[in-house]
Amino acid sequence: MSGAPNTLTIAAARDALRKGELAATELTEACLGAIEGASALNAFVHHTPDLARAQAEAADARLKSGDAPDLCGIPLGIKDLFCTKGVASQAASRILEGFQPEYESTVTRQLWEQGAVMLGKLNMDEFAMGSSNETSTYGGAVNPWRRADDETALTPGGSSGGSAAAVAADLCLAATGTDTGGSIRQPAAFTGITGLKPTYGRCSRWGIIAFASSLDQAGPMTRDVRDAAILLGAMAGHDPMDSTSVDLPVPDFEAALTGDIRGKTIGIPREYRMEGMPDEIDALWSDGRRMLEEAGAKIVDVSLPHTSYALPTYYVIAPAEASSNLARYDGVRFGHRARLDQGDGVTEMYEKTRAEGFGPEVRRRIMVGTYVLSAGFYDAYYNRARKVRTLIKRDFDDAFAAGVDAILTPATPSAAFGLGEMAKADPVAMYLNDVFTVTVNLAGLPGISVPAGRDKQGLPLGLQLIGRPFEEGDLLNVAGVLERSAGFVEKPARWW
Amino acid sequence: MSIDTNTAARIARLARIRVEERDLPGLAEEFNTILGFVEQLGEVDVEGIEPMVSVTPQRLKRREDVVTDGGQQKAVLANAPDAREGFFAVPKVVE
Repeated sequence: MSGAPNTLTIAAARDALRKGELAATELTEACLGAIEGASALNAFVHHTPDLARAQAEAADARLKSGDAPDLCGIPLGIKDLFCTKGVASQAASRILEGFQPEYESTVTRQLWEQGAVMLGKLNMDEFAMGSSNETSTYGGAVNPWRRADDETALTPGGSSGGSAAAVAADLCLAATGTDTGGSIRQPAAFTGITGLKPTYGRCSRWGIIAFASSLDQAGPMTRDVRDAAILLGAMAGHDPMDSTSVDLPVPDFEAALTGDIRGKTIGIPREYRMEGMPDEIDALWSDGRRMLEEAGAKIVDVSLPHTSYALPTYYVIAPAEASSNLARYDGVRFGHRARLDQGDGVTEMYEKTRAEGFGPEVRRRIMVGTYVLSAGFYDAYYNRARKVRTLIKRDFDDAFAAGVDAILTPATPSAAFGLGEMAKADPVAMYLNDVFTVTVNLAGLPGISVPAGRDKQGLPLGLQLIGRPFEEGDLLNVAGVLERSAGFVEKPARWW
Repeated sequence: MSIDTNTAARIARLARIRVEERDLPGLAEEFNTILGFVEQLGEVDVEGIEPMVSVTPQRLKRREDVVTDGGQQKAVLANAPDAREGFFAVPKVVE
């Protein structure tokens, strides 16, 4: 064991805890101390130190008894989108101010049952709608990375920006995220960590505040690929409470990390070579291709012809589903209710509550969704988008049927940008952040972002690997090889 | 297809979100930017293509049609902005 306990990987901490070289209480205190000293990052927005200490003590007792699952005693941060019993869970929205769920999401329940420790809730874009964490009611989370010789505050990405910042800054060993269009993978790439979006249906969505139900999926955000395998194993599994969670056994993902990818076929999709793509992203992509080739993989060019239609498809389907899911926020059953004027009826209550409670981006998406679902436009927008989605998935099906095992792409079109830099841009400019990630959600596939290099200004850059459905083990194995070859070990210099 | 302020007002009403009169032109402009962006879906040949219903080729699980939960009035009302006598309270709906 080397370094402060809060800087350990899950795997290293697990081994140290089991050998008795480290106590869960000691590990938890190290994280709580790191969190206390990192308020400038605005990553943790609800703190649960008492709960963490109680869970750590229970974990130590369990470790002593010899019955300790992998996550026993591991301190985690939880995205504010997960409902956690008795602990504020507000999706970074004013409309859920004061909401304390009476129930626990399936994913977090599984984590606590395995002995994990909850440090608190993490910042995010409001209702997971955003790519910079700036739509949060708590204000933006801040990336622990800075450009060389430049103190500009950068975004950790979004929507799981608090999760990414917390893992990169060693405030927790790992965090949960959710990904609807890239919300795990883009922030992971912006902060030099690993982020995995599992296959749709791998993790239960029950108790996770819904954004777009056919796209949302929870996943791990970790320091490395091995940790992603461990944490995914703990989060995954069939749940009778979510009819879209698949009834498949959860394999030992960590055991899949053999480091051997000889004979695997990696596809390079030509449509991802976007016009105006920065040279350093292109160079990183070529490096990744070479690394996998040197490890014995066969590299082939593939075509995913409907790629350029993925973003417009997403910006019909996701708002449509959001407008329906967010109809429940009406000031009646939970959260914020607007102060009403004399004579206001129930309609005024709805309209005022929703105008006050939702931020501008969420209001915009609800209204776009309302429009594309409204009479006269349903076929032209929503049904057409669902048909194009079928074609986007078919592109991937064809590539996999032709023998491709995984697909390599850049994770993001750029490194982290400055907070506030996109304020004047139109909404579509921000949406372009998801250009490489959104196809994966539309096709329901697993995708992982692995830190693979740095740009000219020293900021981390990620590569994305896309796998076959429910083959996360194989995908993690290829990602592990890429991680080892890339050898990204840099940490942000502490300024906070 | 361009959205004017009347349409913007209608969408806001359908979405049950109050938008002030002075904010309608800006809102209409934003809708037009986003809908202009998704307009390119019109180029795709979708003849004979089924709209996607489920991304995983599985049949949804079924369960017996029985009551599996209940009797949690206190927990259900715990987060209500206004709860009285075991009910959610709202402004008068029927005169």
